Amino acid sequence: MLIYKATELVNFAQGDLLMLGAFIAYMAVVWWGVDYWISFLIAVLVVGAFGALLDRTVLRRVIGQPQFAVVMLTIGLGAIFRTFASVTWGSEIYTLPTPFSSVTQIAGVTLSHQYLSIIAATLILCGVLYVFFSHTRLGVAMQATSQNQLAAYCMGIPVKLIFSLVWAISAAVAAAAGILLAPVTLIDTNMGLAVALKAFAAAVVGGFGSIPGALVGGISIGLIELYAGATLPEGIKNTAPYILLLTMLAVRPQGLFGTPGGKRM
Amino acid sequence: MRFLFKTAYGQDIRLFRDGLTAAWYGVLAGIVVLLPVLLSRYYIGEITWVFIYGICGISLMVLVGYTGLISLGHAAFLGIGAYAHAYFLHLGVPWVTSVAIAVLITTACGIVVGLPALRMTGIYLAIATLAFAVIIQEVFTRWEAVTGGFAGMAVDKPVIFGFRFNNEASFYYLCALILALTLLLTQNLLRASTGRAWVAIRDSEIAAQSMGVHLALYKSVAFAYSAAVMGLAGALFAHKIAYLAPDIFSILFSIQLLLLVIVGGLGSLQGAVFGAIFVALLPPIIAIMRDAIPNTMASFASATGVGAIGAIGRGIGDFLKKPGVEAGIFGLILVLVILVEPAGLYGRWVKLKLFFSTFPMYKRDSFKRQKNYMRSERLR
Repeated sequence: MLIYKATELVNFAQGDLLMLGAFIAYMAVVWWGVDYWISFLIAVLVVGAFGALLDRTVLRRVIGQPQFAVVMLTIGLGAIFRTFASVTWGSEIYTLPTPFSSVTQIAGVTLSHQYLSIIAATLILCGVLYVFFSHTRLGVAMQATSQNQLAAYCMGIPVKLIFSLVWAISAAVAAAAGILLAPVTLIDTNMGLAVALKAFAAAVVGGFGSIPGALVGGISIGLIELYAGATLPEGIKNTAPYILLLTMLAVRPQGLFGTPGGKRM
Repeated sequence: MRFLFKTAYGQDIRLFRDGLTAAWYGVLAGIVVLLPVLLSRYYIGEITWVFIYGICGISLMVLVGYTGLISLGHAAFLGIGAYAHAYFLHLGVPWVTSVAIAVLITTACGIVVGLPALRMTGIYLAIATLAFAVIIQEVFTRWEAVTGGFAGMAVDKPVIFGFRFNNEASFYYLCALILALTLLLTQNLLRASTGRAWVAIRDSEIAAQSMGVHLALYKSVAFAYSAAVMGLAGALFAHKIAYLAPDIFSILFSIQLLLLVIVGGLGSLQGAVFGAIFVALLPPIIAIMRDAIPNTMASFASATGVGAIGAIGRGIGDFLKKPGVEAGIFGLILVLVILVEPAGLYGRWVKLKLFFSTFPMYKRDSFKRQKNYMRSERLR
């Protein structure tokens, strides 16, 4: 769910982009009566373009400033998006109708197609991203840019363009995730914040910058949350992911799949 | 332009730069003492908020502005301080002792959170403190025996040595005094070896370590001190707000505190106070605007006969009345400050002063900062 690998930038507005994606899809499906798949595409494209625009207008100016500035900037942007959403769409809760409403029985377990669709889409998305980052010229260029902007620039990589592309992709992925999540969590203006926090937990547990790690981290966070909700006293469920996150950071900061980083002057 | 030639070390670490500066701070102190006589109760209450936010700002400034550690969960420390103080007051512990216990508890929490922080930098630390804040907020909600859960917890007016701080003005003086003492203590820490070690860590951990700064020790001290000051602020906060509920100490509040230090200007105690003025006074200003803008624009429209102006005014007023707009305005200001003036309000103040003292010879580039193109710390 997170694109950190390419930019080493952490985007705290990710959750809010996710929310925007869900809202746009909702508008397309319910208000304009567009087909689900086409509106999925529309939402992803719109939010992706929006991400690129954001980079062009706002985020490019803080290149060269400490990471802290970017973190605060994205937090501020997230707050603006939330306000925008609550002003335009109000604070009601919406449900997004999807074509996946039936259920299947596999080996006695009832699986709803909604969850299956989420799992399948996540796997496909992760696969595509993994291949993109490790096997295409553009993906490798993005990784190079993330590691050393100046060196990448000297090697002829169009760093500015790469940055815009990275933000576009990351926003588009967030939008896709938002649309997939919409039937499960329902759409409201605060859906992004909760999801983004858990996504951070997943990313840290799995190891920042590792796509298989993010998958494993996400699954383990989800499972732990479920089991904690079922077996432990009420209230632990909401905090369990964060407790796991803290212990993980204390014990193995690079995460399960991260590579221990050496430090260089 | 006056230039101060420093000929002794003592001159370099002086509390005030020279007699004139000290005199100006004296004037400021005089104004603060006189304000309650001049202003109405409402404004005294709002200025008391400035003082409390100022203490919060000092706490975060030590951590973020001087030691370079990001914390996205400082509202949790504020909450711990507030709840601990309120709890012990309910048990009948005297005010001073109760505050002391609350500060001790938050310090302990600060050290506990700081421990994993020794191994993390930058973004990991931000996420860890964020996680801590979420957990603590859940604890506030669930631990009903102590915190009262969602039902909340009422806090009485402070009573110190038999004197009851009944009205706004007396509480104003109490907060002003505590803010002044905290400022003095922090400034003394900052001009001593501890503060220089913090700044060294902020600027380069590796360089600091090579100069013999004990990283783990000084980072822990920074966390502990920051948490302690936050606990103190929490105790005052509890009295001011009079009714504690878990949802006050949310992540949004932590972000608001970070906004405070950034708008004020990182790396200066004056910045913490500037930021506190900003953050504490913005909500009342928005509230005033909410009615003032439509009203003035309506009267202007009726005076000139252009109806559109009145409609625009009503539109702005309605927009400001919508829930959640305040958070958006805060976000917008945060973005603008980072883009336009990364040095914050205090930085702008310093630039203005230099502009006038060097008048025709001011150079923009005096404050130009070197760009540091992000380089990963990953080594494969």
